[in-house]
Amino acid sequence: MESQNNSLNFSRRNFLKTSALAGGGMLIGFNFLTACKPGVAPPVDISKLNFNDFNAFIKISDEGYVTIFSPNPEIGQGVKTSMPMIIAEELDVSWDKVNVAQGVLDSKNYQRQVAGGSQSIRFGWDALRQTGATTRQMLINAAAAKWGVEASTCTVSEGIITNANGDTLGYGEIVKEAAVLEVPENVKLKETKDYKIIGQDVQNVDIDKIRTGKPLFGMDYKAEGMVYASVLRPPAFGKKLVSFDDSKAKAVNGVIDVIRFGEKLKTLDGQIGFTRVTDKIAVLGTSTWAVIKGKKALIAQWEDDGKLESTEDHDKELLKILNGNKFDTRREDGNVKKAFAQADKVIERTYESPFLPHNCMEPMNFYADVTEERVHLVGPVQTPAWLSGLASRMLGKKPEQVHVEMTRMGGGFGRRLYSDFALEAAEISSLAKKPVKVVFSREDDMAAGTYRPAIKYRIKASVKDGKITGYHLKEAAINGNMYGLIPNFFPAGCIPNYKVSTGNYRSKMTTGAWRAPYTNFLAFAEQSFFSELADELGKDHPQLLIELLQKVKGTTDQQIQYSGQRMEDTIKLAVEKSNWGKSPEGTYQGFAAYYSHNTYVAEVADIEMKNGKPVLKKVTAAVDCGIVVNPLGAKNQVEGGVIDGIGHAMYGSFNFKDGAPQAVNFDRYRLIRMQETPQVEVHFVQNELSPTGLGEPGLPPAGGAVANALKAATGKRLLSQPFINELNKKGNKILG
Amino acid sequence: MPEYTLKINGKSVTVNADADTPLLWVLRDELDMVGTKFGCGIAQCGACTVHLGDTAIRSCQLQISMIEGKSITTIEGLSKDGSHPVQEAWKEIDVPQCGYCQAGQMMTASAFLKENPNPSKEEIREAMNGNICRCASYNRIEKAVEVAAKNS
Repeated sequence: MESQNNSLNFSRRNFLKTSALAGGGMLIGFNFLTACKPGVAPPVDISKLNFNDFNAFIKISDEGYVTIFSPNPEIGQGVKTSMPMIIAEELDVSWDKVNVAQGVLDSKNYQRQVAGGSQSIRFGWDALRQTGATTRQMLINAAAAKWGVEASTCTVSEGIITNANGDTLGYGEIVKEAAVLEVPENVKLKETKDYKIIGQDVQNVDIDKIRTGKPLFGMDYKAEGMVYASVLRPPAFGKKLVSFDDSKAKAVNGVIDVIRFGEKLKTLDGQIGFTRVTDKIAVLGTSTWAVIKGKKALIAQWEDDGKLESTEDHDKELLKILNGNKFDTRREDGNVKKAFAQADKVIERTYESPFLPHNCMEPMNFYADVTEERVHLVGPVQTPAWLSGLASRMLGKKPEQVHVEMTRMGGGFGRRLYSDFALEAAEISSLAKKPVKVVFSREDDMAAGTYRPAIKYRIKASVKDGKITGYHLKEAAINGNMYGLIPNFFPAGCIPNYKVSTGNYRSKMTTGAWRAPYTNFLAFAEQSFFSELADELGKDHPQLLIELLQKVKGTTDQQIQYSGQRMEDTIKLAVEKSNWGKSPEGTYQGFAAYYSHNTYVAEVADIEMKNGKPVLKKVTAAVDCGIVVNPLGAKNQVEGGVIDGIGHAMYGSFNFKDGAPQAVNFDRYRLIRMQETPQVEVHFVQNELSPTGLGEPGLPPAGGAVANALKAATGKRLLSQPFINELNKKGNKILG
Repeated sequence: MPEYTLKINGKSVTVNADADTPLLWVLRDELDMVGTKFGCGIAQCGACTVHLGDTAIRSCQLQISMIEGKSITTIEGLSKDGSHPVQEAWKEIDVPQCGYCQAGQMMTASAFLKENPNPSKEEIREAMNGNICRCASYNRIEKAVEVAAKNS
């Protein structure tokens, strides 16, 4: 797959509809992805925006101001800023006339894309440009008709249309006429060189609300008559509720009720992300503090429901898989067995990673008001359509009775793809017959996770006559395996004998997606291994990768997911910008490159030794994500992804004993802090290819770059995460 | 429940709450001032940072009975219109990603700069080390504190 212009099929017919607003101005209703339904029209009253018929709207006022309404949530990846930028570019208005508004969200069951997998920009690119360009053309057509000239003789810039005589009309002056025109087809999109907004640094559209403490998040949501709820869940995976005494809880000031629940949630058992589907206890009260205290005062008896798993058990089971022969083959080229048999040398390494919690800064929470007629759910969730369906099933309501509203999200990282917390709120509200806001404490959040599962990789490679001839990657994972595309990432297509095998262990622990699923650890394993192979071959790590990539260029294999050329260019940019191989005395560098989520990233970590201890000073990242829509926001994503990747590779340690997590708050669970943070420098490969996402791709290579730099600095190869444990092992004390 | 009179952002307010109620929950649940965030409840993350007098303090650990009559500043009162040099710097540098921890970050930074108006990089990194940003916008927080120091 050398051609990388990911143009997606896009229906030009009926993808937007217009109306003249009663209060003046023009309203354009459109959908990010799909064509509009026939027979629906945008409202003429702005207060009646219906996100069921259209998932976004543009309003152009009589004064030429543009408001873009979208119900799209913001987790922190910046799409609430970058997606409107794309519309404004093609509409050809100046950004200071654009206002981005969160849509009126109370709509039934609207469809939108999921904010996950770094795909929002990639999928939105064509639709958003078409929307902006079509609207621009309608305004030009209206102006041309008014002047009695050909539309093709008119030009437009920053919201002003000019004809051949030099007459001008502002968008605001022509919206009334434009609103009743037919929607033109086959409009011309701008050329990349003419972009005025795309490629400029644009600040986060919510910056003023954030920096003045305005309510934005689910935690901040309140409604009339709402009570708070804190939930006591089983103390360990594999335990179930026997009985409880709530007399002390009920005596706490502000506690109004204690409810046993779970019957309804059990009907969803087996759905991914459902934590401990057993009865739980909800404490309801008039304030968060009252229900926190009330929960502490509950006395509950639990019993074992089968075996209680520990990290030791997981380690044994995963090693048993790696040492056994029960695997599924995900990709196989040539014959690795033969390559290993004929090799001059065979290298084999096993890499290990722990479970990880997500730890969004905003703990899970959700508001639910369930009545006979209506189910109203409000809060931070990435998958409102999925939640809506589950709620309707769980509560026995018709889909159109369920209304989901999204708030801004204080981080996602994959946790808010699952809606267990929202459905808990829904069941509690249905029993209490009150609007309820369920609030997780940090301990609840960490103990009732949908964790990244522990995974082990074993990689084996053969070297013959100075070349890598065989490569076999084995994965042993919990509750799922790498998704289908990953076996076709690098080095697939670069090594003649290549195989990817996966094995699985079913656990009671609830697991799910975590920022850059699978690749968040696989990239470290693979790029540590390639660093070691480079040493073995006496080659430079990036040079070895570039040599290998020559083989995948021009491939006719449709399964291959990445472009050898783009990966090579990205590697070269990182090499250049980081002064790779030319760093000053006392600086030790490590390299890693990885393709994931359609984006290419290469990173170089610089470590200095201070008083005999390694200090991570800097990471240089080179990124190819196609056209960079908003460099200011894009850099923020990469900086954060790199530091997040380093933080979890260094410190993330989450173990279970008898089914219970051994750390449930930040006193015992370590997240990276400012003093451990390197300076991250981000460089983009310049090209005119369609943009791809950035929420995830910066993360995967970071652990590998740091591990390889630590090897250079200390001589120690790290094979398991978190690195801190290995660095601090007895007789091996490298970090204080 | 007992009654307490608090001085928050220059205004006197009266609330009824148990003596052990943390200021965090009084602000958020009783006074509808939700800019101060809940992150961990054990003073480890800094999301709930407010000023007690001029000192940055974790409001999740500050019992209401201990602060009667003392002057409290929250993010809502750091300035009337977002014009505090720290808030301006946060905008200039475009710090936030998800934004949830940023009020706490700004409250820590503003108290720190009042005490140390011309900090070194190391001093900034040390002062801000108690505030977690899960999106890891640390480089920008560091830069914004430098900019705020310059503009104060």
